[in-house]
Amino acid sequence: MLPSDLKAESFAAYPPEAKALVLSHLDMMRRLPLAFLPSLLRQMMNYDYSFPVERSMIDSELRILDSLSEVQRDEWFGGFSAISLSASLENSDWISLPAQFVEQEAAYLWSTHQYDAFRKAALDYGHRLAKETNPEPVTMRRLGIAVVGQGVTTYNAPLFRNLREHGTWFTQVNPNRGLEALLSAVEERAQTHPAAYAHWYVDGGAPLPRSSAVKCVSYKDLTPLRVSLLKKIQADVSQPGMGPEELRTRLARMTPADLEVDGASDPVLSRFEMKLFTEGSGTQIYSTTFAQWTARELLRRAQPLTLLVRFAPRQRQRPMNELLSGKQTGAEVDLAGSLVDADMGAYYHWIDQQRLPGADSSAFIAWFEGHGDAVAIGPSIPRGAESHSPIEMSKLLSLVST
Amino acid sequence: MQASPFIQAESARKNRKIVVVTFGGGARDQETFAPEGQENIPHMLKELAPQSSFFTHVTNEGILGHYVATASLATGVYETLNNFAAVAPEHPTVFEYFRKDLRRPSSDAWVVAPSNGFNRIGESEVRGFGPGLGARVILPKRLLRMASSRGTADFDHLLHDNYENPLYTPTLAGGEVELQQLEMILKLSVDDFASHARTLSSPDELSLYITKRLMREEAPSLLWITMHDIDVAHSGAYSLYLEGIRRTDRLCAELWKTIETEPEYAGKTTMFVLPDFGRDSDFDSGGNGFQHHRTGDAASRTTWMMVLGAGVRHGVVYNDPVQSIDLVPSIGTIMGFSPSQSQGKLIRELV
Repeated sequence: MLPSDLKAESFAAYPPEAKALVLSHLDMMRRLPLAFLPSLLRQMMNYDYSFPVERSMIDSELRILDSLSEVQRDEWFGGFSAISLSASLENSDWISLPAQFVEQEAAYLWSTHQYDAFRKAALDYGHRLAKETNPEPVTMRRLGIAVVGQGVTTYNAPLFRNLREHGTWFTQVNPNRGLEALLSAVEERAQTHPAAYAHWYVDGGAPLPRSSAVKCVSYKDLTPLRVSLLKKIQADVSQPGMGPEELRTRLARMTPADLEVDGASDPVLSRFEMKLFTEGSGTQIYSTTFAQWTARELLRRAQPLTLLVRFAPRQRQRPMNELLSGKQTGAEVDLAGSLVDADMGAYYHWIDQQRLPGADSSAFIAWFEGHGDAVAIGPSIPRGAESHSPIEMSKLLSLVST
Repeated sequence: MQASPFIQAESARKNRKIVVVTFGGGARDQETFAPEGQENIPHMLKELAPQSSFFTHVTNEGILGHYVATASLATGVYETLNNFAAVAPEHPTVFEYFRKDLRRPSSDAWVVAPSNGFNRIGESEVRGFGPGLGARVILPKRLLRMASSRGTADFDHLLHDNYENPLYTPTLAGGEVELQQLEMILKLSVDDFASHARTLSSPDELSLYITKRLMREEAPSLLWITMHDIDVAHSGAYSLYLEGIRRTDRLCAELWKTIETEPEYAGKTTMFVLPDFGRDSDFDSGGNGFQHHRTGDAASRTTWMMVLGAGVRHGVVYNDPVQSIDLVPSIGTIMGFSPSQSQGKLIRELV
């Protein structure tokens, strides 16, 4: 099927709000090239489970697409229209399975040397859209906090090397009750600027008690979901004829109910949590990867005003000789390795935050938990500077907030 | 009376050995030869670089999956095969050109590769080349798996075929060395193999161990080793990715030492070390930094190559761009065969 053949009944299986959204823009969608449309449908299909910011972005994108004249549409989508797709892609069920189409399309583009052309078309489209979009002003300065190194007593290698040039490196932060001070700051922001899915706390281990105004995702709390998913994957993999594509299709179709997880109380959050494991790579195994990927996905999708990410030690990777010995060891953790992972994770947290509206005024703190090392980044914080004077965490928080 | 220089040159070419190591799977400049990454490669930087020709700008314009990219390196053509299927390259491999043109036996071209997915890397199905004319392939991880079924140990973790798609193992379709051939070819009993494996920390260490046995027992003139530990980066753990790079750095230096001390190799071997490609940049929003190689951005397409040994200028750095498919025609010129279907260009600095 081609976009021009789209009919209202093609979307019968879509969730109710997504279906209504599609039907109100069907005419415009019929004029979009197939190389592009499934990417849009993938977002629209998840409308019922999208965060408020995502909904507002989809609405805005659709409004802009509706407003394009024929000439403008040709300009915007010329690159996509020039992409040649296979008959099997055209005949695939891209309406019901847009995510799988996008994945298969990527493989096809690679194999036909069209990937670079597609990439250029996508980048051009993104730039055009950004130019036409007027993002809502950020209601408060965005704050990101990364807490790394839980459980590490001594570490001699340099930390926060990537972040230091963007802010000031503090070496004498008072670590006493530092974590509590950071979490309190998150809670206070959630109370003074309440908004749905705007203030988050992610923990790579067991979460600390916190106010209900702060949304929380933690590796520990999601253990039942993770274990259930891994069991399901293992069962699927052992079935004859199972290949990577079929497995991905099954993962993409999965719902919290398939994993016997209660998704009724907050369907948006439970869908998000499930996708952390079905779409993330390594999140099922390493808590440091889970924390980094969760931060990335939150920033990309929910665009939080406040995001505290606390990394926890991940399980140790057992070397080959140990595996071969057959000796069973307990669940050991790799403290130093986890710190290195988290250091990079903190850097990615900052990069992902800087992609969001209000980046010029946003603030960021990365702190080595229990120690005096921290990097603070903010509009009034000197870049590439060092401070070796004692400072309280609360003072650091107020510095990045000014 | 001394032979003429032409005869000497021809004889040197006949005796020339080539070892190719893919520094894999996929490492970025910023964790290797860029200033901030050099702490991860002390052996290559201090021991190997001074005696090597170093190419700072090697691009891969093809598909960024490990099997298909390695196949492209081996054919000199950007292959378009399914990265996760056990299929042969669509063009003749360097091994086929080498054996056909120089009339070399199968024992003279070998591939040591990490996973099942690489078992067809040794030869294409192209008419005039193809089955029986390529390299013999040895998959140490698979041998270990077979050894494990004899009751040696439980190592399920190692049975994961690769890090790009750890849940799927393609079916094998012949060509690779089987367990029973260990003893015949490598003079190594299954028990000794399994027991030595117990002393090693990673699959790439096992690959190096097998490589050394091959060099000692078969002394192939064309030997290709595909390292893969670095690709643990797909798990998202940066420390494990760095650990993989440091280990591969150490293994490359160890391999070079072996080359210098093995009588069959010393003084007549040229070794090429290059990643099959890079990994995504930290700043491309389509990716997740070092974790994958999916965006096709410059960081994932651009890498380096180190060449050392016989016929190579020492301590020279070349900044002009070359492509990864240029490897095959360059090896062809060095060894004296003609890779007729390769689409790469000769790297003139190497001849």
